[in-house]
Amino acid sequence: MSAKASAVESAAAVASLRDEFPILAIEAHGRRLAYLDNAATTQKPREVLDAIATYYTTQNANVHRGVHLLSERATEVFEGARATVADFFNAASAKEIIFTRNATEGINLVAASWGGANLTAGDEVLISAMEHHSNIVPWQLACQRTGAALKVIPIDDRGALDMEAFARLLTARTKIVAVSQLSNALGTINPVAEVVRAAHAAGAVVLVDGAQAAYHLPVDVRALGVDFYVATGHKLYGPTGIGVLYGREALLDAMPPYQGGGDMIASVTFERSTWNSLPHKFEAGTPHIEGAAGLGAAVKFIRRIGFDRITAHERELLAYATAAVSEVPGVRLVGTAPDKASILSFVMGDIHPHDIGTVVDRAGVAIRTGHHCAQPVMARFGIPATARASLAMYNTREDVDQLVAALHDVRRMFA
Amino acid sequence: MNDGLQDLYREVILDHNRRPRNFRVIEGGRRHEGFNPLCGDRVTVYLKVEDGVVRDAAFEGQGCAIAKASASLMTEALKGLTVDEARKRFAEFQAMVTSPLESPVPDLGKLSVLAGVREFPTRVKCASLAWHTAKAALDGDDAPVSTE
Repeated sequence: MSAKASAVESAAAVASLRDEFPILAIEAHGRRLAYLDNAATTQKPREVLDAIATYYTTQNANVHRGVHLLSERATEVFEGARATVADFFNAASAKEIIFTRNATEGINLVAASWGGANLTAGDEVLISAMEHHSNIVPWQLACQRTGAALKVIPIDDRGALDMEAFARLLTARTKIVAVSQLSNALGTINPVAEVVRAAHAAGAVVLVDGAQAAYHLPVDVRALGVDFYVATGHKLYGPTGIGVLYGREALLDAMPPYQGGGDMIASVTFERSTWNSLPHKFEAGTPHIEGAAGLGAAVKFIRRIGFDRITAHERELLAYATAAVSEVPGVRLVGTAPDKASILSFVMGDIHPHDIGTVVDRAGVAIRTGHHCAQPVMARFGIPATARASLAMYNTREDVDQLVAALHDVRRMFA
Repeated sequence: MNDGLQDLYREVILDHNRRPRNFRVIEGGRRHEGFNPLCGDRVTVYLKVEDGVVRDAAFEGQGCAIAKASASLMTEALKGLTVDEARKRFAEFQAMVTSPLESPVPDLGKLSVLAGVREFPTRVKCASLAWHTAKAALDGDDAPVSTE
């Protein structure tokens, strides 16, 4: 199906896509399930579930060790998944793809390893005011250890990055800029390529947190020019416990190991050890092999569906949902940047988001309520929490209508 | 509307959420703070204790309807009790909101309306926050309270 022909997905096409996700057929509290908590985690297509089952029924052994058949198969699955992921993000080589537990671990790895080797007193780390705690706290820890200072690019009232302030804050002291590509609390899409160009011109490297972006937008790490990019498997329609750190080979090569153990060494004596080559240098211990198998299947699945189709459908649905939710009396959207995707954060008069969440849950609608691990964003907008509906490729207008009907229940109940 | 929801959001609870009672500061009495960082519910409980009796009880804070109504109902329930009676009421309330769904609801006066949270395990901490905070104020603990 071409993007032009299907700016709006046909109902039949989405229904057939939904059939690929077994969990979407279950009921929630006796109602049709409207799963709108995709920014927390997405549901998994059958291909991913099958890949995990196949791994354990026909391929399971430890990787990079044995000479026997199953170990060869397991290694092939694991390294095959790495190659698939490298291709998905258009990395120059599979050596640039480090498997982690999640996006958080990828950021911690860079903050500890690259930060430990490259930051010193007088240096600055530049993040944005819309970051998830996972792209704040590792940098605070790195700054505490090295004496570097943390600086924050402000956001405007719509939740868009203040690019003029960014230009002012970016100086010769800035050693790294770490920003999200798509804000989990606001839905803002940041102009990453522009951030990279400016940062590189100032001599800083750039880490992009792609936890939210990677399943909504096609990501080409080389076209963006990023130095580090992190993503997490469970939002890419894959399993939990597996994430990805992309790093430019020259940078990763120069960085010290993050954790020590098996698999990451070339040789060990009690006097000294030497490190394995990339990517293994950063993967100590037995990895999450079944997770990699599932993630490989997940990104193949995304490619089969195609970002042309995914982004067109999600964009249309976000516009529909934005209009429909805004019409509920008392609703105020939080996060109205001109360039945004997939996320609808809102408050409803003085009704607490947790009460909204509980009432809509009983109507079969799953949304997230709370601070979304972005307390500084909540503070910026002067609210303790929001309700957040977040879309994925399999959501429909029916899901949105079910949410809107439930929001009217909320309004009646707490009026 | 879902039956469980009607059990949770009883009219008394909605009323106390809309018009919380004793939502004020008591100067010069005991003061304790409770905070559930994951959900953001925040309460400050004020108690005026004289001769071993809770002469006045009040609260301030922000939170969901359950947290607010529970705090409001609590301040009404504690007023006039001796400190020992107040501790006993805390224990009875905790036992009620954490008891199995099928067990009978004890008669704790108006407080019994909060038994509906038993059907919503993730909301028990909302109903408990003010009570644990009041208990710490009664016991003279220093540490801030959380029920998460």
